[in-house]
Order: sequence, then C-alpha cells, then structure tokens
Amino acid sequence: MADISETGRRHLPDRLERPGILQFMAYLLLAAFILWSFQGAGWSFSALVSGGPAMADFLSRAWPPSTERLPQLAEALLETFQMALAGTIIGIIVSLPLAILAAKGLARQTFISRTIYTASRLLIALFRTVPDLVWALVFVITVGLGPFAGTLAIAVDTIGFCGRFFAESMEDVEKGPSEALTAAGAGKVDTIFCAVVPAAMPSFITTSLFALEKATRSSVVLGLVGAGGIGIELKVAMDFFDYQLAMTIILMIFVLVLCVERLGSIARNRILEGSPR
Amino acid sequence: MAQAQVNVAGASAPARLPTPLAAGVRCDLAVEGLCKSFGKDREVLRGVSFKVHEREAVALIGSNGAGKSTALRCALRLIEPEEGAVHLFDEDITAARHHRLRKVRAEVGFVFQKHNLVPRVSALTNVIHGNLGRAGGIRGWSQMFASSELRSRAMACLERVGLADHALKRADQLSGGQSQRVAIARALMQAPRMIVADEPVASLDPVAGHEVMELFHQLTREEGITLLFTSHNIEQALSYSDRVLAIKRGEIVLDAASASLSSSDLSKHYG
Repeated sequence: MADISETGRRHLPDRLERPGILQFMAYLLLAAFILWSFQGAGWSFSALVSGGPAMADFLSRAWPPSTERLPQLAEALLETFQMALAGTIIGIIVSLPLAILAAKGLARQTFISRTIYTASRLLIALFRTVPDLVWALVFVITVGLGPFAGTLAIAVDTIGFCGRFFAESMEDVEKGPSEALTAAGAGKVDTIFCAVVPAAMPSFITTSLFALEKATRSSVVLGLVGAGGIGIELKVAMDFFDYQLAMTIILMIFVLVLCVERLGSIARNRILEGSPR
Repeated sequence: MAQAQVNVAGASAPARLPTPLAAGVRCDLAVEGLCKSFGKDREVLRGVSFKVHEREAVALIGSNGAGKSTALRCALRLIEPEEGAVHLFDEDITAARHHRLRKVRAEVGFVFQKHNLVPRVSALTNVIHGNLGRAGGIRGWSQMFASSELRSRAMACLERVGLADHALKRADQLSGGQSQRVAIARALMQAPRMIVADEPVASLDPVAGHEVMELFHQLTREEGITLLFTSHNIEQALSYSDRVLAIKRGEIVLDAASASLSSSDLSKHYG
C-alpha cells in the first residue's frame, strides 16, 4: 500500500498549469487594467459611506409615495408599455428575415450570398452597438417628440438584439432534419422554414420575451429624451424635488417590469410545452 | 470480388424477392469509381462501384468508418464526391444542376440512423414534409396549411407504418422506434422508387429494430420499392436483403447474393 501511494505521489499531476512568462505578464497587465478602471470610474468607499445618510434622507422625503396624479401616471405607464410592446413586435418581425440572411451556413456559398451575409451582420451589429438612447435622440430629431420616436428606437434596438441571437440559434440547430429534407428534394427556403426555424423556435421565444422585458426597462429611460412614456414624468418630478411623486413613479415602473418578467416567464413555459403544429 | 458459396439462410428469414437480375431489369442506382477524402489524410472512399437494380433489396455492410454512410450520402450528392459518377434512375446526377438534382432526390426516400425528424412539430407535419421535393411552398410547411389531399396522403402513410393514432403527437415525444417509423412514413410520402436507409435500426432496441426491418421488407415486397440499406447486424443484412455488399477501408470487397452467404463470410469484413 505504501508502495502504491509512493508511486502515485511521484506521478501526481500539477493542480494548475504553470503559466509561461508571457501568459504571466498578460495576467499582471489585466489585473493592473482592472484596478486602473476602478480608479478611472471614481470608485470611492468614503463617498459610498458618506452617501448613506443622503440616501436615507431621500427615502424619508420620498415616503409615503404620492397618489395625487395616479390616473395621469397610469396613463403614462400604459403608454410606456405600449411603446415597448409595439417596438418589440416590429423589431421581432424585421429581425427574423434579417437573421436568416445573417446566419452562417443556411445559404449556398456564392459571392452574392456571402455579400448579403456580411451586409446583414454589419447592419445587425450597427443596430445592436449603438445604444437605444442614441437611437431615441435620432428619432426625436427625425419624427419629433413623443412615443413614436421611442417605439422606433425600441424597434431598432430589438432588431440588433434579436437579429444576433436568432441568427446564432439557427446556426446552432442540429443539422439532421435539414439534411433529411434536402435529401427529400426540398429547396433552401422550405428547408429553412420547415427544419431550421421550428428547431430554433424555443430560442426565438426566449429571446423575444427577453427583448420585451429589456424594451420595457428601456422605454422608461427613453422618456428622459422626450421619446414618450413615463420617463419624462420621472425627470420632471426629480427636477422639482417632488420625491414623493418620484417614488410613486419608481414603484409603478418596478411593478410593471416585474409583471412583464413574470408573465414572460409563464408565457415562455406555456409556449415551450405547448401542443405541436 | 469475393463470392462466398455457403448457403445459410435462416429458417425464420422472410421470403425474399425473386432475384431481379433477369434480363430487362433496370438499374436504379449505378455508382462508379466514387472517391471522397476528408482532409489530406482521411481517404474515406477509394473507387467505390456498385449497382442496385429495380425492386432489389441490397445491404451494405462494413465496420465503423469503412465508408458506408459517406457512400450513401455521395450517392445522393448530400456530400459532393471528388471523383466518380452516380447514375440514379438512368440520370447522371454528378452533372445535374440544382433543380434537376432536387427532382431526382424527390424520388428517393432517405431514412437516417437518428431519424432526423423535425422536433417540436407533429408527426403528421413531419410526414407532410416528405412532399416538399415535389411541391414546395407554405402549403407543405405544416399540416395546418396543407391541403386536404396532402393531409389525407400523409395520414395514409402514417397508417401504413401503424402510427395514425399518433398523428398529432410531437415528434420529440415519440419513442425511438415510433420516430423511425415516422421517418419511413415521411419517405413514403415521397412516393419513392427507392429507399436508402443509413443504419436505420442502429439506435433502436432489438424489438423495434425488427419491426422497422419488417416494414422495409413489406415495402420492397408489396410495393416494389428498391431498398439499399447499411447495417452492422449481419443476421439482418442476410435476412432482409437479396444481395450484400461489403465495404472495407473505402473499397467494395464483397458483392454476393445473400442466399450464398453465411454469417462467418460477412463477419470477416469487420475489423
């Protein structure tokens, strides 16, 4: 037994792979950059501690929430959700064909298909990387103040979000069903809509519901730049130090986002376990 | 080519088709000199040639990696061969353009080892998909949009494989044997002249595997569909085929009538 443990000890592998000098330097640089980022971000424990009483003061002045303008706020909240819903639906509808064009391996490899693939990818990347607040500013300039600008901003943001995830989920589906339909003589379009899209459907549903949740949160912020919804009410309340009204708005937003998330979760489970077509 | 002489047809083996090599019997599939490599070092097919005649049941056997699946896929150009020619129903499909290739493929039902059904949609919709080679478009995408005629034909195919009462069940909720039978029903929906089956019972338990092979046997006998299947099961290969081809390291090393072969004749082609 002693011999066995001695042999085992001799052949015991290292717990961790010893990094090379370059790898070690890279880790050091990364650690230094992270520390520098905290410094650049103005991170301060003393400010955090001294901010505590100010937060307590804000909460005491904001409580109890004001119920004075509840009907008007409810109307603004409904408009916020309507913006989110309409923008998300438009975004999903547009992102599906765009994602098909942007998914690798769905089309035959020709120069034209590669060009279309690259263009679609770039467009989705543009929509995704520019923040929704910037899109809202652009649409406020182009279509004017109000919920329509916010709806367009959400739609564009949703195209960027769903376009990428729809394309990736289509790339990841099992190739067997597509191969079976190709072997049966089906064309590309039929194969995509019969084999690829149904297989990617759970991911589409999950992504779409996340997009709606994300859009609901975004639609609150878009109001700050005049793109409709309850955001502008929050800004005015804060600007006028009406913290009780601001608290009402914050709680209303909290309830709305929570409801959307909860309903989204229920819908996701119901749809994914649902009956076949 | 080796020609084994031993005759050991099992007593319980189903009655075979009359051998179809009489004069005037048409050749449904003729493969000549197929070569295919995956990368520089992996030559999978090395000049594979064989023929499958009308109404004939042919088993292609060989060990893992011998090139069985690649040969079948190259025969339908699901994988492009590097060299060689494939004539399917007298048409040179190695030269066929996309549209023509689709038309020829529509006449061959391909059954895969893992059935390759579309999950989350019903068995009926999966069977309707078998018609896409003949008529594409939204009417063939789902049983919800399909014409009554198409739905009736699909139901008849499901009935043929004994699964009519599972028509609206989701494909991913069927057992392995049921899934493979739906895959056969999808192939039947093509009204195929030939069925190509790539290890159709490899992922099934023995009972389900036997049922599926019996179904193939009925189809070749009763409906005169040509059958080319691969198998690891020597007994099944002998029982359900008229002729056996053996492939080893990318080359056909045996082409003989099943009735003239024994299990030991075939087992030496493994490994």
